[in-house]
Amino acid sequence: MTPILTMRNVRKSFGPLTVLPDLSLTVARGERVVICGPSGSGKSTAIACVNGLVPHDSGRITVDGIELDHRSGTAPDVRRMVGMVFQSFNLFPHLTALENCTVGPVTVQKRPRREAEAEAMALLERVRIPEQAHKYPAQLSGGQQQRVAIARALAMRPRLLLFDEPTSALDPEMVKEVLDAMIALADTGLTMIVVTHEMGFAREVAHRVLFMDRGEVLQDSPPAEFFAAPAGPRVRDFLTHLRRPNLHHA
Amino acid sequence: MKGWARGLFDNVPNALVSLALLWLLAHVGIGLWDWAITRGNFDAPNAEACARTGGACWAFLGDRWRLILFGPYPYAQQWRPATALILFVALIAATATPATWRARARIRTLIAAWVIGVPLMAVLMWGGIAGLSFVPARLWGGLPLTVMLATVGVGLAFMLAVLLALGRVSEMPVIRALCTLYIEFFRGVPLIALLFLVAVLFPYLVPPGWTMDTLLRAGVAFALFFAAYMAEAIRGGLQAVPRGQYLAADSLGMGYWQARTRIILPQALRTVIPSLVNIFIAAFKDTSLVVVISMLDLLGAANASTAEARWWGLYIEPYLFIAAIYLAFCAAMSAYSRGLERRLGVGVR
Repeated sequence: MTPILTMRNVRKSFGPLTVLPDLSLTVARGERVVICGPSGSGKSTAIACVNGLVPHDSGRITVDGIELDHRSGTAPDVRRMVGMVFQSFNLFPHLTALENCTVGPVTVQKRPRREAEAEAMALLERVRIPEQAHKYPAQLSGGQQQRVAIARALAMRPRLLLFDEPTSALDPEMVKEVLDAMIALADTGLTMIVVTHEMGFAREVAHRVLFMDRGEVLQDSPPAEFFAAPAGPRVRDFLTHLRRPNLHHA
Repeated sequence: MKGWARGLFDNVPNALVSLALLWLLAHVGIGLWDWAITRGNFDAPNAEACARTGGACWAFLGDRWRLILFGPYPYAQQWRPATALILFVALIAATATPATWRARARIRTLIAAWVIGVPLMAVLMWGGIAGLSFVPARLWGGLPLTVMLATVGVGLAFMLAVLLALGRVSEMPVIRALCTLYIEFFRGVPLIALLFLVAVLFPYLVPPGWTMDTLLRAGVAFALFFAAYMAEAIRGGLQAVPRGQYLAADSLGMGYWQARTRIILPQALRTVIPSLVNIFIAAFKDTSLVVVISMLDLLGAANASTAEARWWGLYIEPYLFIAAIYLAFCAAMSAYSRGLERRLGVGVR
């Protein structure tokens, strides 16, 4: 089977700052990949390149057979297959939780409203907040908002779901409810790329854990190996810092 | 002492200022009462009779109010603009009621009402069929003219303004430059000059054989002018929408117009309701400038109403009358916008 995502020699700079010098990455269908690394290491930029939210400068990105090309405008086609969950939720504040989940299917995929609503309701049940369906984002807690955001991404029936530090903006007591929803999602066999520092999550659901620093992948191995044998001092340092709880979110 | 009174009289200087202001207020109030009621003339036959008592000449309004409200529209036919006006205001009120937007069936009814209502109003105003005598648009005037001009002008201006605002923040340099140029030009030209230009210059600009009603021309001039102001207000709203909203819309695969109509504009517009209503009110009052292109709107009709020997020299009463009408319309707009803001929870994120 062809991989769902292929990145070949992807380069991205912001002005004089080169964030991704030369990134190559392949993700197979059904694979769950966790990307970790210190802040500023290019993890978020890397996944934002995947659905074209950040246009890459050179190299090739192919998602499910479609090459992401900003000149010929394939970005919307790619984005329809790739869901994204943001660190700061980015729910639409003028729409209810349910409407947040139906606006994409109805507007972009032209699905009948009724069908989209039924599916959105089922998704809200899956992330365990069906009772909040008719509330506005401002009336929800951070954890609830992030679960609505997951349901919103799922409503598009994505073939690949990207998570950009989904728990970093949450109060500690809400991290678990979001992680639980993500773990439940992993059980469905969805392909996921998750940028996170939640190593417990990585250990439990990831097929591969990637460590990035300065735009380079320094380690790419299954979780057991990743935690048992960190490749090199930078990975080891990072993991040591993570284990000290008071520096958890630093 | 009650709370408010304590603030007014809690020390000697405050008390002195308060007393002086109270005295002034009482003086003005008594003077007004004396002028309007005690010495007011409710059934004087002419201005001379009013002048004898020195009070307000309400008899004038009783005699001439229809001229002020409907301008030169044929007297016996004035039920037609009156009906059209009521219909128009009712349609606008129905359109502006948030409850109407809720259900699709209601929206369909509303569209149907407009589709039937607009030709009906045209028939009422122009006539010429169904046994109604023909009344050319140059004889329209007064309140119906003001309201229609303001609505058409503001409505067109709003649509244009949305496009201009989007253009001004566009990533395409040519579009951005054109929109900026448009906004700077129309903001920099006095409205009166623009009205003259449209009235005088327009016939030379369009292909020969085309004609355009003065009323429509004035409406277009208003739209072009106020679109520039509204565009800047809306641009402010666009800039207030967080970047994450654009990213989220993009991440769902939305195209440019899908993202603008579903996600960005609904948020941008609700933050700028106060400044938009501000511009709407200014536009409503500025319709009075069409006097300069010899159209008799409410203000023009009020001016014209005194041009009769019997009521010569009266100014205060007609101006008070139309001021009250303008005030009523503007107060209704403000009240509506306050209600809308509360409803949409502006400032509640």
